[in-house]
Amino acid sequence: MDILIVGVGGQGTLLASRVLGKYALDKGYDVKLSEVHGMAQRGGSVMTYVRIGEKIASPLIDEGCADFILAFEKLEALRYAHYLKKGGEILYSTQEIMPMPVVTGAAEYPQGIENRLHGTGIDALSLALKAGNSKAANSVMLGALCKKLNFDREVFEAALIASIPQKTIEMNKEAFELGFAAV
Amino acid sequence: MKKLLLGDFAVARGAWEAGVKVAAAYPGTPSTEITEELARYNEVYSEWSPNEKVALEVGIGASIRGARTIVSMKHVGLNVACDPLFTASYTGVNGGLVIAVADDPSVFSSQNEQDTRLTAVSAQVPVLEPSDSQEAKDFAMLAFEMSEKYDTPVILRVTTRVAHSQSLVELGERREEAVKAYEKNIAKYVMMPANARVKHVVVEERMKKMSDDANTLPINRIEAGSKELGIICSGGVYQYVKEALPEASVLKLGMVYPLPYDMIAKFAASVKRCVVAEELAPHLENLIKAHGIQVEGKNLFPLCGEFSANLIREKILGEKKEAVPASVPARPPVLCAGCPHRGVFYTLSKLKLNVLGDIGCYTLGAVPPLGSMDAVVCMGASIGMAIGFDKADPDSHKKTVAVIGDSTFIHSGITGLVDAVYNKAKITVIILDNRTTGMTGHQNHPATGKTIKNEPTYELNLEDVCRAVGVKDVVTVNPGNLSETEQAVKNALANEDVSVIIAKKPCVLLTKKLYNGFHVNENCKKCKACLKLGCPAIVNGKDGITIDVSLCTECGLCQSVCKFNAIEGEAK
Repeated sequence: MDILIVGVGGQGTLLASRVLGKYALDKGYDVKLSEVHGMAQRGGSVMTYVRIGEKIASPLIDEGCADFILAFEKLEALRYAHYLKKGGEILYSTQEIMPMPVVTGAAEYPQGIENRLHGTGIDALSLALKAGNSKAANSVMLGALCKKLNFDREVFEAALIASIPQKTIEMNKEAFELGFAAV
Repeated sequence: MKKLLLGDFAVARGAWEAGVKVAAAYPGTPSTEITEELARYNEVYSEWSPNEKVALEVGIGASIRGARTIVSMKHVGLNVACDPLFTASYTGVNGGLVIAVADDPSVFSSQNEQDTRLTAVSAQVPVLEPSDSQEAKDFAMLAFEMSEKYDTPVILRVTTRVAHSQSLVELGERREEAVKAYEKNIAKYVMMPANARVKHVVVEERMKKMSDDANTLPINRIEAGSKELGIICSGGVYQYVKEALPEASVLKLGMVYPLPYDMIAKFAASVKRCVVAEELAPHLENLIKAHGIQVEGKNLFPLCGEFSANLIREKILGEKKEAVPASVPARPPVLCAGCPHRGVFYTLSKLKLNVLGDIGCYTLGAVPPLGSMDAVVCMGASIGMAIGFDKADPDSHKKTVAVIGDSTFIHSGITGLVDAVYNKAKITVIILDNRTTGMTGHQNHPATGKTIKNEPTYELNLEDVCRAVGVKDVVTVNPGNLSETEQAVKNALANEDVSVIIAKKPCVLLTKKLYNGFHVNENCKKCKACLKLGCPAIVNGKDGITIDVSLCTECGLCQSVCKFNAIEGEAK
């Protein structure tokens, strides 16, 4: 299972990949994750690779090879949609974050992205705010992913809880539940 | 027990298990986490050094005194450490000395894409290159053994995809290595000409011996497969080759310098077609060809950027996956919402100044709409370049500033400032003091007053440093206060001498607060003044100007540029 996680630097793609990594490990699989730190995290477009299976060689997922894409932002979903293999599916947040070329007027945020994606969009930001704070959006997405991929919810949620600060557990659990119920 | 570990963490674990006693580094993506992890182990003395040269010198001293020592840096950091490196190759070691160097193919977070293997050839230092986290740990341990066996520093080279990928690692116990006895040995450790001449011969003999021994070194191995195709590879590329060409014969080199030429000749003769697959420079290819062995390599593969399994398939098998990306607006990295540097760059942009920049988050001041950066080269270069501007054009100081971060200033900006005063340059230096090493993920440095283990220590006072080297005009401003910042810059530009402005405000990411975010009210006239800040939280959408509450950190800078009181919220 090759899962690409994409979003805007700072949205928590690293946390999501680590939760998936822990889940795969707890389930007894081989797993490789690949991340990019530093400059790329400062509000730029970011991608993290998660590969789960019996024996994994490359930590990267190539274009046209991903089974699933988890996208934290709609434009980023479209940017990386070509990484999906035939029949692959994308789960994306309908949140729009304007890239700087759009802010400055050098480009326009594409319209009708929903119609160009094969997958499901959820309003993770609203659900996160409902759970307590916009920062919980990645837990909303992980809840939805857990349902979509038929993961073992108990083990997956435990992996999430083990990866976040103690004081945010309740908020993230609620966010997870809202995401789980949204798809 | 198996654990999922980042490659960098695995390097640290390997060093720890090998009994490392001393670790020194300057942060640099993608190497930073090696030393951050080592700092968690009580058995290891670890430090953030002011720069890589000092880090390696600390390492050389610890090694001569008998401790197993690791020094870590990114590829461009090794340039800074080259002076000690080239002669440490001559002195050799007492306790094992391993230099972990992280290269960055595809330039994810660097200023160039140089290949550390070439530096190692110049320095005559051996290089091990792991392909995943397990090997990162195993090779780190082996590197200490080889360092002591062959009396040489050993470079452990990782690339971004090994350093920042996580894979499973079998953990072991620490083997305590006593600090070795120290014996004074002038011929070995004092590199004056008479001794260096002798030692150069020893170095060349050592490398020849290592090359011969490499033929039976277990981390260099042949994985026999098809006789039609053989691939010579190492590091992360090995994983792409295994993914793309499971049938091929593979010669996997764990040590990429010096090379096992007998093994390579045997392998090349055993296959119809022999190809070297390596990222960046044709390092292996050139050495192998110079040895009279025929291989293919860069006639197929690019010199720039990282590889992938798809690229291997395409270049070797001619199979190209048709995956067409959608045409969408780029999303370059930007200064974070609430970044304390924004106030400075907004001011510099407004005053239309030439800005000689430096290495750090603030390099992003180059991104439109701020666009206020004219040149960025290497750590500390901003101040030297400003002196150069002044000497080439005596009027340039009226419209030119150097900007440099607090950590970068300590790394290699201080010497530039000494030069400016000594040689009577008329320059303005703005030290962007965000109280941390930001870009690499918030490491302490001498001016934070905390060690790598967060223990309190002497807090270097940047104002005092500037005055001590002879700068008379030193002021500290809050970059969140635009009028104060602008006035300070204007004053400095008018000064016919060296001026230093310290723009002091902590990195917004240091405070892990949750924010509600500001709101735009009906007073907004859509004048777009706020958009000139280049703040990612300010959105110019279909419904006019709005603020993305998921990004806003309530810094208040937009309120100070809004003439219509259209932005609601209480600045933090």
